[in-house]
Amino acid sequence: MLNPQLNRHGELTHLITTEGLSRKILTHILDTANTFVPLAERDVKKVPLLRGKSVFNLFFENSTRTRTTFEIAATRLSADVFNLNINASSASKGETLLDTIANLAAMQADIFVVRHEASGAPFLIARHVAPHIHVVNAGDGRHAHPTQALLDMYTIRHFKKDFTNLRVAVVGDILHSRVARSNIHALTTLGVPEVRAIAPLTLLPSGLEQMGVRVFTDMREGLKDVDVIIMLRLQNERMRGALLPSAHEYFKHYGLTQEKLALAKPDVIVMHPGPMNRGVEIDSAVADGPHAVILDQVNFGIAVRMAVMTIVAGASA
Amino acid sequence: MTSKQPSDRPKLPTGEQLYETLRAGVKALIAPLEHETVHLVGIHSGGAWLAQRLHEDLGLMGSCGLLDISLYRDDFDRIGLHTQVMPTQIDFPVAGQHLIVVDDVLYTGRTIRAAMNELFDHGRPASIKLVVLIDRGGRQLPIDADFAALKIDLTRQDNLVLQKTDAGAFTLRLENGDA
Repeated sequence: MLNPQLNRHGELTHLITTEGLSRKILTHILDTANTFVPLAERDVKKVPLLRGKSVFNLFFENSTRTRTTFEIAATRLSADVFNLNINASSASKGETLLDTIANLAAMQADIFVVRHEASGAPFLIARHVAPHIHVVNAGDGRHAHPTQALLDMYTIRHFKKDFTNLRVAVVGDILHSRVARSNIHALTTLGVPEVRAIAPLTLLPSGLEQMGVRVFTDMREGLKDVDVIIMLRLQNERMRGALLPSAHEYFKHYGLTQEKLALAKPDVIVMHPGPMNRGVEIDSAVADGPHAVILDQVNFGIAVRMAVMTIVAGASA
Repeated sequence: MTSKQPSDRPKLPTGEQLYETLRAGVKALIAPLEHETVHLVGIHSGGAWLAQRLHEDLGLMGSCGLLDISLYRDDFDRIGLHTQVMPTQIDFPVAGQHLIVVDDVLYTGRTIRAAMNELFDHGRPASIKLVVLIDRGGRQLPIDADFAALKIDLTRQDNLVLQKTDAGAFTLRLENGDA
């Protein structure tokens, strides 16, 4: 089947998921991001690539950070950015998703950046828009968060140079995490030989082994000799769902502390997609320590989102 | 595509001969300027090679700038983004400096337009001059070189390719799209 993210020339025209994207395309996105990173140091941080284009940020689910970095990315590309707080508008009046999209498309939108609590919503939109309109998934349900995964890949490549000799551990609520899913697909495609998932049994999805992932329920065991640790946010609502006894209990077994970090390689990097729950999944001493690259991730996230928007906007209609 | 040089055309000087002419031209061009305020800026990839060698041969101070103008091209809508392997590198403050933009071939002038736009996003230079190895005519914008080592009229099908050998010497080839 043709990958729905690619046009008939094989160019990336929507970014919905990292699943099924080739190493060539992922690497092209990372290389393109590389040209945008130095812009942050300049007096004038804008380039004129998307001048005259309209980017609509459609956040059906709240997110300050992701929305802001997309907004900064689009602004630095000189696009016109429109932020729509959908919860407060049409959707609550009963308009269907596709009607909302059709209306916005009529306002000459070029790119939709979509976050939605329902898995598959960005894909549904991508299937219904005209060929000159591009959709970028900013997180859908438990499905995918491809730009987060790409900025994580950029961060790993920046610090480790090469993917093909790494052990990478993803730690936390993997069951509900679109970040974990997108990361695992990207890591595998980019040639990481050993991807580990560390979580309590109640937060592990089935089928991880089939994706080539080594599963650990003992964090100390799982962290041994890893080069990269990707911590996931523990969503508070999971605590209410009886999947976990308490935040305190979780921290004891799955919180990243200095002591557990010492089991990893001496030059390990610690990543977190944010927002962090200090004292729940990560200790402050680690979050602020020398191994943490969490703020680098935020900076690279802008360049990676610029790269994604530029690449999809440049695909032929 | 095969390379061919029709016999009714004047023979091109070699890449190295042209480089020598360019070096003398740039030397004369920057003579009246205070050398500490002069910076060469080469456009990827041919112009960058030329600028780096000129920078060394002319004993200029600091570092020379390298420009990847793909973020400033005016044909993004038609051809998408084609970034270079090497991103832009300007390691000096541009404001108040005399910039010498270096490129291998001057043709439509659109690359130079993009380069100037990018340079102004780094600051306000005191002046910008343009030097090129070859001015092949065919301008679409009111842009001219302050110095060209060679002026030659070529047709749209012609393509000039500057290459650098492993030893660092320049070679020049004329390709013809009709061939």
